[in-house]
Amino acid sequence: MAHDGRTTEGLRTRGLTKSFGGPPVVRDVDIDLRPAEVHAIVGENGAGKSTLLKLLAGVHQPDAGEVIVDGNAVAVTSPTVARSLGISLIFQEPTLFPDLTVAENIFMGRHPVTARLPMVRWRTMLSRAAALMESIGARIDPARPVGELSVAEQQLVEIATALSHRARFVLMDEPTASLTPREVDRLFAIIRDLKARGASVVFVNHRLEEVFAIADRITVMRDGAKVGTWAAGELSRDEVVKRMVGRELGRSPERPHVQPGEVALEVEDLTAPGRFRGVSLSVRRGEIVAMAGLVGAGRTEVARALFGIDSFERGTVKLNGQAVRFRSPREALRAGLAYLPEDRQHQGLIQALTVAQNMTLTILGELSRGGWLDRRREQELARRQVERLQVKTPSVNSAVQNLSGGNQQKVLVGKFLIARPKVLILDEPTRGVDVGAKAEIHRLIVDLAAQGMAVLVISSDLPEVLALADRVIVMRAGQVAGELSRDEATEESIMRLAVGTGPTAGGRKAL
Amino acid sequence: MRTGDPQAPGPSAETLVRAMAGTIPTRGRGAARFRDVGLLLAVVLLAAVTAVRSPHFATAANLQRIMLDISLLLIVATGQTMVVLTRNIDLSVGSVLGLSGIAVGFLLKDHPAMPVTGILLLGTGLGLILGAVNGALVAWGRVPAVIATLGTLTVYRGLVFIHSGGQQVNPQDIPLQLVAIARPGALGVPVMVVMAFVIAALGWLLLRYTRTGRAMYAIGSNPDAARMRGVQAGRIVFLTYLISGALAGLAGVLYAARFATVNPASAGVAFELQAVAATVIGGTSILGGRGGVPGTFLGALLLGTIANALAVSGVSGFWQRAIEGAIILAAVAVDSLIRQHSFKEGARRV
Ligand SMILES: Nc1ncnc2c1ncn2[C@@H]1O[C@H](COP(=O)(O)OP(=O)(O)OP(=O)(O)O)[C@@H](O)[C@H]1O
Ligand SMILES: [Mg+2]
Repeated sequence: MAHDGRTTEGLRTRGLTKSFGGPPVVRDVDIDLRPAEVHAIVGENGAGKSTLLKLLAGVHQPDAGEVIVDGNAVAVTSPTVARSLGISLIFQEPTLFPDLTVAENIFMGRHPVTARLPMVRWRTMLSRAAALMESIGARIDPARPVGELSVAEQQLVEIATALSHRARFVLMDEPTASLTPREVDRLFAIIRDLKARGASVVFVNHRLEEVFAIADRITVMRDGAKVGTWAAGELSRDEVVKRMVGRELGRSPERPHVQPGEVALEVEDLTAPGRFRGVSLSVRRGEIVAMAGLVGAGRTEVARALFGIDSFERGTVKLNGQAVRFRSPREALRAGLAYLPEDRQHQGLIQALTVAQNMTLTILGELSRGGWLDRRREQELARRQVERLQVKTPSVNSAVQNLSGGNQQKVLVGKFLIARPKVLILDEPTRGVDVGAKAEIHRLIVDLAAQGMAVLVISSDLPEVLALADRVIVMRAGQVAGELSRDEATEESIMRLAVGTGPTAGGRKAL
Repeated sequence: MRTGDPQAPGPSAETLVRAMAGTIPTRGRGAARFRDVGLLLAVVLLAAVTAVRSPHFATAANLQRIMLDISLLLIVATGQTMVVLTRNIDLSVGSVLGLSGIAVGFLLKDHPAMPVTGILLLGTGLGLILGAVNGALVAWGRVPAVIATLGTLTVYRGLVFIHSGGQQVNPQDIPLQLVAIARPGALGVPVMVVMAFVIAALGWLLLRYTRTGRAMYAIGSNPDAARMRGVQAGRIVFLTYLISGALAGLAGVLYAARFATVNPASAGVAFELQAVAATVIGGTSILGGRGGVPGTFLGALLLGTIANALAVSGVSGFWQRAIEGAIILAAVAVDSLIRQHSFKEGARRV
């Protein structure tokens, strides 16, 4: 794009250091980004990956060290300065204007204006936005408000925004965390295209398969420091993990075949027009049932309806043999059904509260005596979960908003484990969680089932589904496309049902 | 459900046309359009019913009165709309109006020959200064908007009493050249009404067609994202308070012209509620980020018509207040319903 003919040395940092009061979370980091490369940064939750990117993008200011672009030391004092240097950051959570159109989200602050009067030219802006979206192969109406788009679509808007700035350094923080396999493929195509245009793309990701699929070089971070940078071919997956965690990692436990108990949750013909239709499923005590399917297949909608957030039109739900219909999450929790939502930012955690307060929110009743909160027990319970899940936080009394993305997810999981429900529905429980903690969360889920809890796991992560599930229910377009036993379930058989190329099981007709 | 298929063609002509038409598409735009039509229908219906029931409604003099009332409200509500779009609020406008009216009134007692333009500029300038105080408190003092402007509401009203010593400005103190702008001028339309329309049109242009105006939407829609995009939120929020203050100051002078009296205990009292009401009824979200002047115009039109219809039907002022309040509540409820609906829609697609 903008850089043909120019000499582009790329971007380097020297001794970049940043702390938020406490010990540095980015420590003395030297990193170099070359033109036309995909550079992956990996590391455990809280290793400082997001903070490093924010330093490059002018969101935070370094305490020490410098950023060098094309051989010149630069002060990246604000996101605006960063963009003028060709640095664009796409955040872990989309940072867009939900009320405004796609086009305006791309051009905010730089609307095309008429030559004489500074009047916004809407038509020009819309057609430019359309062209940009088209150049990344995205079919999204530029006049649509961004709040209506899916996360994947919102991400495409962010990428288009970066392109419109002629970004030479595109920094992506966990861009694939909430994408379907197909969307990931499309994103990779876009990344390869960016690379072909000479950009350097930085890619933070916990899914190492994806890292190896796309990265030219891999930088490993641990505890704020850079462990090293290697060409992707030089390292195996296990070597990367070893360097991330500083030790060998045990594999996720092989799940033993269990003898499930009586049916704890039974759903019959659940229907909410426009969202899902004729959904039937059951989960027994001690059983882990996975709900697979593409993002948007209606899995979250079913869970929300069961949990009393949304209503449904017809169908029956039985909890331990009793017909129930929850009108609010409160009723569901009381009856022993808990749901861990996928959107931790908005639904799961209260950002301003501490780790301990968040974790014990649902069991305040148990923790109180005569109306007074037993602080000691609160602290102790929280501390135990923090230890168990290896949440990286200064203390259980730190505000959740200062934790790294993956550590917030761990707190959310901890909150649900503390509540000890009879039936637990987990929606993408390990999104954005590092390999070590993921194994730990898996172990906990297996433990809970072994103790007799009925667990329904919604997951788009196929290895996770295969590692955990006794049975797999696959949804497609709002209906159950089929059910697979543990022995039948493979990545291929699940995907077949999810995208609808295989025969539809159970004689259900496709939509 | 799925969009974003790579093979599909670019945006349709229909989309572009739709985007160019009247409203900028926002979330829940179907509902928003329904609301616009609904408001207009309500006004027409109300006017028709009242005209049939009361002989005093559809008279030239009464229509004139409605236009003048709406003009005053529209001017103040245009400023309020900008403030609310940035997820703030200006509760001091009623007191600013009162202070400007009193200050100008007392000035005119001593200098009855002042030219109208000068008087208007003075009132506007005073409002500008009062707005700057609000803006500084909210944009840089980080005082929550409700607290800051509730405080200045009280302070400015206090100044009204101090400056006037409790005395009101009487009709004989208001020079004829000022009163004239609230009387039918060329083509039978008072200058004041023309001014209100020009101001609303300028406000609409600013909001829809300037980067500054668009930044107001951005700040209200997602303050963090706005900061990331280099939008200077502080400056722009300050600007909205300047505009709101200036327009309320101007409205103070127009108030004096319209009623030819300014009573420190009643001029502009509770006017902030009407301004906020017109804004919210017109579809500007109290949480910022969506709405605009055209809606506010409809809101002012409805409020003005209702007040007048109730008055000519002989309904007491207390009932008027209660009905206005009920309408505001309904408007806020509708807004939050639309929001919830679009949120669910968004969440469902995640
Ligand atoms: N604004 C802040 N205030 C205080 N501490 C912070 C702040 N931002 C980040 N931290 C801390 O800095 C450390 C590094 O966080 P960072 O978000 O960079 O981790 P990360 O590598 O991106 O992790 P993840 O994989 O979980 O996203 C964490 O321990 C976090 O708690
Ligand atoms: Mg992170």
